[in-house]
Amino acid sequence: MDRVVTGQVKGVLARFDDPGSLHKAAVKIREAGFSKFDCHSPFPIHGMDAAMGLKRSPLGWIVGLAAIVGTTSALALQWWTSSVDYPLVISGKPFFSFQAYVPVTFALGVLLSAFAALIAMLALNGLPRLFHPVFYSRQFEKVTDDAFFVSIEAEDPLFEVDKTRAFLEAIGGKNVEVLQKS
Amino acid sequence: MSTTTREITGLPEGEAPLLGGHQTFTGITAKISGIIERRTPPVWYLAFGAALSLFLVLVGSIGYLLYEGTGIWGLNNPVGWGWAIINFVWWVGIGHAGTLISAILFLLRQRWRTSINRFAEAMTLFAISCALIFPAIHVGRMWVVYWVFPIPNQMSMWPNFRSPLLWDVFAVSTYFTASLLFWYTGLIPDLATLRDRASKKIKKIIFGIFAVGWRGGNRQWKHYELAYLILAGISTPLVLSVHSVVSTDFAVSIIPGWHTTIFPPYFVAGAIFSGFAMVITLTVIARKIFGIEDLITVDHLEKMNKVILLTGSMVGYAYGMEFFIAWYSGNIYEQFAFLNRAFGPYAWAYWIMVSCNVAVPQLFWFRKLRTSIPVMFVASILINIGMWFERFVIVVTSLSRDFLPSAWDYYSPTIWDISTFVGSFGLFFTLFLLFIRFLPMISMAEVKTVLPQADPHHHAAARAVEGNRHG
Repeated sequence: MDRVVTGQVKGVLARFDDPGSLHKAAVKIREAGFSKFDCHSPFPIHGMDAAMGLKRSPLGWIVGLAAIVGTTSALALQWWTSSVDYPLVISGKPFFSFQAYVPVTFALGVLLSAFAALIAMLALNGLPRLFHPVFYSRQFEKVTDDAFFVSIEAEDPLFEVDKTRAFLEAIGGKNVEVLQKS
Repeated sequence: MSTTTREITGLPEGEAPLLGGHQTFTGITAKISGIIERRTPPVWYLAFGAALSLFLVLVGSIGYLLYEGTGIWGLNNPVGWGWAIINFVWWVGIGHAGTLISAILFLLRQRWRTSINRFAEAMTLFAISCALIFPAIHVGRMWVVYWVFPIPNQMSMWPNFRSPLLWDVFAVSTYFTASLLFWYTGLIPDLATLRDRASKKIKKIIFGIFAVGWRGGNRQWKHYELAYLILAGISTPLVLSVHSVVSTDFAVSIIPGWHTTIFPPYFVAGAIFSGFAMVITLTVIARKIFGIEDLITVDHLEKMNKVILLTGSMVGYAYGMEFFIAWYSGNIYEQFAFLNRAFGPYAWAYWIMVSCNVAVPQLFWFRKLRTSIPVMFVASILINIGMWFERFVIVVTSLSRDFLPSAWDYYSPTIWDISTFVGSFGLFFTLFLLFIRFLPMISMAEVKTVLPQADPHHHAAARAVEGNRHG
């Protein structure tokens, strides 16, 4: 990774007053053709995915896969230990009595799915990532309190510092700030 | 556009607002973070000292148990399951309310849950921690307790997957882990709030690490919200499955009074019943001490009391149905087991159970009583006493009068049974006090979403409503 140079522009940040104006800004930014931007808020805002033009998260498929792996491996474990590796007759039940194996199969399916849900969510979000250019901004600390921000990253093909700044100001952004190491 | 503020905030007509007072986003942040940021109140130290002392009682009791063996308990032949199993079932049951609130009420879009879910989930985790201790120490040789897991060993033996006791190991440990992951997922945005507000560097680093660099971008919220929904979805069957599996510990055996098919639903209803009672006990104290009556309102408490009334009535129905089935079965041994419960040597325990679990919740038919803080506080404690006695009645009455009258014996606990149980409260309250001191006890990010101004169309709609009113 490149060394961060003081003064190198990483993006532009603008503040908006409320969820409504953030929502409207997201629509305008998407219509202007930006792709590497994000709308930051203290809580999820209803309808924001559509406004930003985001696709549905693939997380459900990942967790579904984990559930299948969890249940099949649990069943395989119980079958192999009780019928192949060390078969024991317990109360005259068959070696592979699947009815008795349901609770453990279910539990391990849930267990693996729960891990998958959290880990895949973090992975899809690129977390843990303790530092990000938006944290160069002092005002960004309020994003987890009551402030709403838009950030456009310098990597966006349409990004040009002055033009992007002016654009964000034009669509109602306040305290527009260039993200760079000071 | 013919939307009303009611529709936008997701509240049915005629329903009171979810939060009291005039709330703002930053007001909520300040209120909840403020509790952990201000100086530790002296009363916290007092409470923590008391809880820690009780916890030491638990450590001492377990230490002596390891040294001497389960003979220090009141167990005898035929009563091989005493207080340890009763306490296990009781604590696991208490945990169920947290999962019901966090998972089932989330899927049912009961938005009032946002004020109490963090609190209830924490209670779940700590209750399961207490519960897990008891079967672990009850095995006697605690140092080989890992034999319950399928770990390859020098004896090349495997656990018996056809035993309900082993199902329990998997059900309860999965329950704990899934609840922990769910709880942590919910905490991430709030940990980021604490990170951003922290004034000391060390706090910023610690909260920063646990907040994993959360920056509240909608690209993150998109995955986050789905992860939360999925975790709620997979925790929902756990509410029903965990206590059902616990009940099979009894129902799969052939002891009269245990071998009944009503056990799984009856245990689940009882679990939710006692769990909600515990949530009431704890929230009534916490909202008063921390001045969060506007966030956890009497309306929240009333809704929980309605759940208590419902589940309490289900438990009462199950008590009646057990007697009916015993009579209807025509089996004299089954009939004896139940007559012995109500009129035998443990009749005192049975009638404590009936009065606390069946009679007490009936108070909540009256609105005045279910919105009265003193009434619900006392009732919630009585209910948990009743639910403890329910497990006592199930475990002890059936075992102490087993198959041959020559084998019968009366069971009573020793000081060590009592000290271990009392000590488990020490563990519970130690963990709980640490939680309310260092972590936000109400989910800030979630509570903000139920404010009317959180909706992006709020202003337009509010104006439309105003217009209609004047027009």
